[in-house]
Amino acid sequence: MKVRISDDALALACGADIVAAGFKKAGVVVERVSSWGMHWLEPLVEFDGVGYGPVCVDDVAMIIDGRAQSIGRIEDHPFIARQSRLTFARAGKTRPTSLDDYYATEGWIGLAKAREIGAAATIDVVLESGLRGRGGAGFPAGIKWKTVASAVAEQKYIVCNADEGDSGTFADRMVMEGDPFMLIEGMAIAGFAVGASMGYVYIRSEYPHAIAKMEAAIRLSAHLIAPFVIEVRVGAGAYVCGEETSLLNSIEGKRGEVRAKPPLPALEGLFGKPTVVNNVLTLATVPWILAHGGDTYAAFGAGRSKGTMPIQLAGNVKYGGLFEVAFGITLGELVNEIGGSTASGRPVRCVQVGGPLGAYIPPSQFDLPFDYEAFAAADALIGHAGITVFDDTVEMAQMARFAMEFCAFESCGKCTPCRLGSTRGVETIDQIIAGKNVDANLALITDLAETMKYGSLCALGGFTPYPVMSAIKHFPEDFR
Amino acid sequence: MTSIDDILIEHHDQEGPLLPILHDVQKAFGHVSEDAMRQIAETLNLTRAEVYGVVSFYHDLRMEVETRPVLKLCRSEACKARGVEALVPLAESQSRVKVETVYCLGLCSVGPAAMVGDQVHARLNQDRFSALMAAI
Repeated sequence: MKVRISDDALALACGADIVAAGFKKAGVVVERVSSWGMHWLEPLVEFDGVGYGPVCVDDVAMIIDGRAQSIGRIEDHPFIARQSRLTFARAGKTRPTSLDDYYATEGWIGLAKAREIGAAATIDVVLESGLRGRGGAGFPAGIKWKTVASAVAEQKYIVCNADEGDSGTFADRMVMEGDPFMLIEGMAIAGFAVGASMGYVYIRSEYPHAIAKMEAAIRLSAHLIAPFVIEVRVGAGAYVCGEETSLLNSIEGKRGEVRAKPPLPALEGLFGKPTVVNNVLTLATVPWILAHGGDTYAAFGAGRSKGTMPIQLAGNVKYGGLFEVAFGITLGELVNEIGGSTASGRPVRCVQVGGPLGAYIPPSQFDLPFDYEAFAAADALIGHAGITVFDDTVEMAQMARFAMEFCAFESCGKCTPCRLGSTRGVETIDQIIAGKNVDANLALITDLAETMKYGSLCALGGFTPYPVMSAIKHFPEDFR
Repeated sequence: MTSIDDILIEHHDQEGPLLPILHDVQKAFGHVSEDAMRQIAETLNLTRAEVYGVVSFYHDLRMEVETRPVLKLCRSEACKARGVEALVPLAESQSRVKVETVYCLGLCSVGPAAMVGDQVHARLNQDRFSALMAAI
């Protein structure tokens, strides 16, 4: 008898090691695999394709005897069956650092294809796919690659932004802990396409399991991606280092302060050299695109938002986890049908999409399609596609205050609107909460938000107004 | 016992070695001391102020020794939505464990979440949080 249990950080945090030990003690072979992304069921135990979860160590004997209640075949579970898993095709199915498993599941086909068709044609495939940066800005990946490819320099770099600091997001973590070779392959393809021989993965220090898996996978696959070389760099707890120029400064060993643009990192990036800076999901999607064709990928999605998006359902949600689906699905379907509404059973009051810098969206706007342009038109952003659900006990004035507090705590300090504006923002919202000069202070915070939005150097100060102003706009009763 | 010299030698041919060196120094000694900063600065041909600037910028790096056990509690939006703020009074009512706030451990669907060393813990409630604090 053999069971499969995830060993990603989330499964471990839910007690997967204890469950695995229980099975081993009972003489069962335990294979540690990636997570399916059905987090409410973790620790999820798979036996012969059938799932059990959440499992505690007391359930082990029942599962072995066949007396335990199962969730049925995992592949047929509605949460999985409704998805279009391209980037997460291997999720739940392979051992993260097994080269054999990776080979057996279309591994390295994308890189082989790139080498076969050549660098210029590789970029054309990525352009054709319509793949846009998954970190939040949504800039077309192919255009960025083309810029770096046409820059002339003796050294170029691929930098993978794995500083996934946005609350409500965990897709990067799941890639690195569950399918690290896919990211390595994506970086190697990028390096081949633009003529870069060196790659860095900048991983946040809050992800020790991702760091360990990536380092192990890089060691195991070094000969397959050579002459391209990848090195892991570990962050040190600064949220702002998720901003690309600040991340580059951090790798260079400097304070993680934002750089003014231009020059673009594509032309003057790491150590002043042309650099591709892409998010984990962007690079991790590239092997699939090369293996299956840019047009196949572009057939998914809607409008200018091509392909699929690994959406992360988080916060007070009944069925939280990773849901990869073509762009165009509505927010309401995601929150109510797939997410099953709140975990607490209370009504949904709002969701925050796109992390701490994303807007709060009320249920009255749940017909919004998941699409870069549609969100922008509604004064919201997709960001890294995390959806954090809140029930009706949330106090929106407190959440608006927190957005400013977070910005003050994480500001790199380089530009004034962010550094000072965030602290003044906290003070002003405190006045509003205390009921002092509410109208005047609301006018003041609106003015401050404008200044931060247009005057900040990067998205930290520039986007903090989104959660603040959306909270005020949609939930004015919380500020009176 | 690793010395700062050993760490500096280990990173001698690395591009942009300062952050990796500081991580290793903190791992070996628990903090980055004034002496360590001066020695690193001299070796990397930086000023002491530049190294201090970097050490003081990053939340993870500390210049003083922390003798208490450290627990990192996530107080980001997703954990707030799942009730982490109700655990904060418990953390603040004691001083044996140093409870640090962290913004996001990437466990946003199963919060409230905390990390002790490299060990992560999810689905915390009053009882589980108390037990975790008592166990470290």
